[in-house]
Amino acid sequence: MEHSPPPFFKTGPTPLARLLIFSCLAFALLVADARFKYLETLRQIAAVILYPLQRIASAPASIVGRVGEFFVTQSALREENTQLRRENLDKSVLAQKAQSVEAENANLRKLLGARERSQMPSTIADVLYAARDPFSRRIVIDKGAQQDVKSGQPVIDGAGVVGQVTRVYPMLAEVTLITDKDHLVPVLNVRNGLRTVLAGTGADGTLELRFAPLSADVQKGDQLVTSGIDGVYPPGLPVAEVTTVDRNSAAMFAKITCKPLGGVANHTRVFVLHAKLDTPERPPEEVDKPVKARKGRRGG
Amino acid sequence: MTVNFYPGTPQEILLPAKAWFIVMTLLAALLLNLLPWSGWWLWIRPDFVALTLLYWCIDQPRKIGFTIAFLLGLLMDVADGSLFGQHALAYSIVAYVGIVLHRRVQRFSITPQVLHVVPLLLLNDVIVLVIRLAAGGDFPGYRYFIGSLIGGALWPLISFLFKLPQHPRYDPDHV
Repeated sequence: MEHSPPPFFKTGPTPLARLLIFSCLAFALLVADARFKYLETLRQIAAVILYPLQRIASAPASIVGRVGEFFVTQSALREENTQLRRENLDKSVLAQKAQSVEAENANLRKLLGARERSQMPSTIADVLYAARDPFSRRIVIDKGAQQDVKSGQPVIDGAGVVGQVTRVYPMLAEVTLITDKDHLVPVLNVRNGLRTVLAGTGADGTLELRFAPLSADVQKGDQLVTSGIDGVYPPGLPVAEVTTVDRNSAAMFAKITCKPLGGVANHTRVFVLHAKLDTPERPPEEVDKPVKARKGRRGG
Repeated sequence: MTVNFYPGTPQEILLPAKAWFIVMTLLAALLLNLLPWSGWWLWIRPDFVALTLLYWCIDQPRKIGFTIAFLLGLLMDVADGSLFGQHALAYSIVAYVGIVLHRRVQRFSITPQVLHVVPLLLLNDVIVLVIRLAAGGDFPGYRYFIGSLIGGALWPLISFLFKLPQHPRYDPDHV
């Protein structure tokens, strides 16, 4: 007691002691989050606190965008208008065809007794900010649990699959892009129906078909669509196009790289599909019966 | 707060920093971190929160401490959607080194101060990097560290801006 400082210099525990306390706390949080996923409520609370700041921070970019929209020239507008008209004409022809084809398809399906593919309701969401974390490919969109966005729902844009909702906050949701290193999409080659799994590489704009045998029938320019066997992505959504096929006979597998069709790196608006896939029931978990030791204890 | 080594030059006695000003700068840093950075900007973006935190830990170690560093770290973890606690740990350690070294760093002029700040910002990066690698991430390449060098380059600007409200107002009528 003699060696403690006089009371008017009291500053609490030393910095080292505080550092140890806070480091232990941080490690506890890390382990609890990585191993046990206990902290989702805490994360939700912090996300709500952070929400106004996030909205403010994403405001300048949208203001710049709006100002840019205001100052478009007339010729650019006219050009865009004619282009849109032409596209509209093309699409209307396609749409008429699609109607008849859909009716025909429905009939055929009825004949076959197959289940009809359900219409999917979707939500339009704006991308608030994209991939601020250099380690992973994620975007944050401005629709969350309040708009009925759920974890696991697929996210697409006009051209193809963008990713999958992986974490939902009350007013925001986090979408893991298909280019993320740990992200897999089961796909189907449109040309020949070959089923494979498409993996992200962690780099923008490249995907790869892993573990494709050297003899696999994959060519440059092949279109890959979702096969729907994972129960996450509905079947038939365009995902990627094969860009290079490298068959090196010294390697075990062919090295096949693809480029995503959806604007994975540059998008401002995406659709969240509230897909309810008609997947068959999960088979009941097989309970491992404990193997009875036949001849007493092992090793004695 | 800098000690004047040159007795010939006049030295101004600065006013104490206001608590609300510290809070404002930290909020501004958080906003800057939350801006929609992408592409190359993402790589050269310094961690503004770490930089501001370090500044105040060196300049006003009695007004700011581990609790604030830890809470800011948690907010950054939520914003990045990363594992809970990695930024909290990094910011706590940076705050510790800043507080322990504050007397030493304050004695130097701006340029040598940068030489102290850059290693601390790199330490912040390395801690986050180690946690990410341990959690199964990929090494993102050496460009990951560019942001800290830029942060060091911003140090003179930051220390100029943050000292502005501390300069006493000169009152000609005051005797």
